[in-house]
Amino acid sequence: MLDQNAFDLRKYISRNPQSVAVWIALIVLIAFGVLRYENFGGAYNISSFLNYNAMFIAISLGMCFVILTGGIDLSVGSVAAFTSVIAAYLSPYGIEVAMPLAILSGVAFGLFNAVCIVYLHIPPFIATLATMLGAKGGSLVISGAQTIAVDWGSNFTQLGMEKAFGLVPWTIVIVGILIVGLWIVLEMTSLGRTVLAVGGGEDATVMMGLKVNRAKIFVYALSGGCAGLAGVFLASGFGAGQPLEGVGWELSAIASVVVGGTLLTGGLGSIPATVAGALLLGLVFNILNFENGKGWISFSAYWQMVIRGAFLFAVILFQTRVMNRQSKVELAR
Amino acid sequence: MTSLTTNEPIRADLVGRLKNHGGLIALGVILVFNILVTPNFLHTQTLAVNISQVATIAIVAMGMTLVIATGGIDLSVGAVMALSGALAPLIFMSDFGVAYPVLGLIAALFFPLVAALICGLFNGVIVAVLKVQPIIATLILFISGRGIAQVLTNGNLQTFSNPEFSYLGTGKILGFPFQGWLAVAIACILFWVVNRTVFGRYLLAIGGNERAAKLSGGPVQRVKIGAYVICSMLSGLAGLIVVAINSASDAARNGNLMELDAIAAAVVGGALLQGGKAPIFGAILGAVIIQLVKYTLLANGVEDEVALIAKALIILAAVYIQQARKE
Repeated sequence: MLDQNAFDLRKYISRNPQSVAVWIALIVLIAFGVLRYENFGGAYNISSFLNYNAMFIAISLGMCFVILTGGIDLSVGSVAAFTSVIAAYLSPYGIEVAMPLAILSGVAFGLFNAVCIVYLHIPPFIATLATMLGAKGGSLVISGAQTIAVDWGSNFTQLGMEKAFGLVPWTIVIVGILIVGLWIVLEMTSLGRTVLAVGGGEDATVMMGLKVNRAKIFVYALSGGCAGLAGVFLASGFGAGQPLEGVGWELSAIASVVVGGTLLTGGLGSIPATVAGALLLGLVFNILNFENGKGWISFSAYWQMVIRGAFLFAVILFQTRVMNRQSKVELAR
Repeated sequence: MTSLTTNEPIRADLVGRLKNHGGLIALGVILVFNILVTPNFLHTQTLAVNISQVATIAIVAMGMTLVIATGGIDLSVGAVMALSGALAPLIFMSDFGVAYPVLGLIAALFFPLVAALICGLFNGVIVAVLKVQPIIATLILFISGRGIAQVLTNGNLQTFSNPEFSYLGTGKILGFPFQGWLAVAIACILFWVVNRTVFGRYLLAIGGNERAAKLSGGPVQRVKIGAYVICSMLSGLAGLIVVAINSASDAARNGNLMELDAIAAAVVGGALLQGGKAPIFGAILGAVIIQLVKYTLLANGVEDEVALIAKALIILAAVYIQQARKE
């Protein structure tokens, strides 16, 4: 894993300085945490940190693909809440039934987005906003606005609460596979190339004869599926389907993608840097918790939102340099 | 659109609005349905309740319409509402506000709007000067604005009894809620601004074709910033009204999901997401439709959750019709 990341760094260092910056920031923050707090580098903190952030990494990955095409998916939080309820209802049948079906329900929402965007020509922002409302309403209807307890007798909760071979949480294993898989799709398949090309310039991509619609349908379905997976993690990790969860997740995911250096105009970005962005945002809160524990400062939970916003602002300031450079190139043409 | 559009903007706007009467038809259908089905619909109290609730949506939606006219979007309106709504009680319940009630009341109306203005400047500068996409630029305050409000109030619900301040949300003129009149007055002013001022001309020009507006020497940056400032200040005002209605300020709930209502109202009212159109009265029409759909469903025993799905379908339908007409 480390070797692959190093390889990616070298590849992107010239193309996207922000991807490098996010890795450096991540390393600095980890070093800070390890040096300052006793238990920060301990197995318990690392494993619970990663386990909790697995769902955010999952939706960030889907969001990354969507943003690479120049789109946006605001529905991921609501869809995750919806699928967590579906997963909770299906939990008596075991994880092998509940997980695929819950993910499929997420994909269905993604396909709905795709149809609105690709065939009805509704802007992604509006289409996914409507799906966000619809999925939220849907999850409240099917759950009766109650949290739905999962079946503790089946193997469903093992996913979110137990470790593979007693070492790594299952959620991390699954997300790890997802990261590698999507990385390969983006970098090494024609589908991934088309995704990047669509973001670079949709009209040109159509003229090149690339399958633009297929790529767009794929990214929204993927994003829905990733949100579905996050919903399964949510239900499994917290022992309940939670129709009211997921508020603001789309923003966390967008922030992770942006922090990772993916341009919001599409066409440029990387999967590992998105993961680093998600970890970085999560780590800020992890460190805040430790700092609170030390007693020097006392940050309420509300400060987290303020800091998250300030963080996004800092990243945007950094990124404007890259984007303005790009727009100058466009103007020069 | 006929050839009228190019020559006589105001008349064409009227003609255009009459031509695009999808919204009015929808309103008519909802009204007829309610008169036939909903008990006590034709009752002054029902009207007053609906007006007092629709006013805040309409006020924010008008600001959103200006931002959308520039081709932008403002996600931070709900957070700005929470922020200004949290500030007002903090000011008139402070030692100063208690000692000097009149000055305190003035300050409680003034400083929240200043805070909102600063938020608007922040959004506008990031969008216009740093050239960040509006969705992302306003995302910053969307996330942290409500956080600041909650930090200020420690997350507590602030309840108060201040009849003068509450007039903003509960007062009545000629039997109709004060904020309804306020919304109408703001609409008239904004309609004039959009159609009769240089600012308004450039606002529409930027949305129509930003580069052309810039190359023709228009103050693109200032006009854009202006749109975000107006939108934020109207949101701040709406935040004050909500607090006044409830005689309580809850930073966690004030303005929650307002950005969706405001965008929906603006779009249903005929605002083009690509920019270039600022139908101010359309925004009010959109707000009324959204409010009436919500009311109709609730009054007829349909669950709140289903109302969300209905709202989603309205937004999709409105934008789809818009797109189809354009093509």
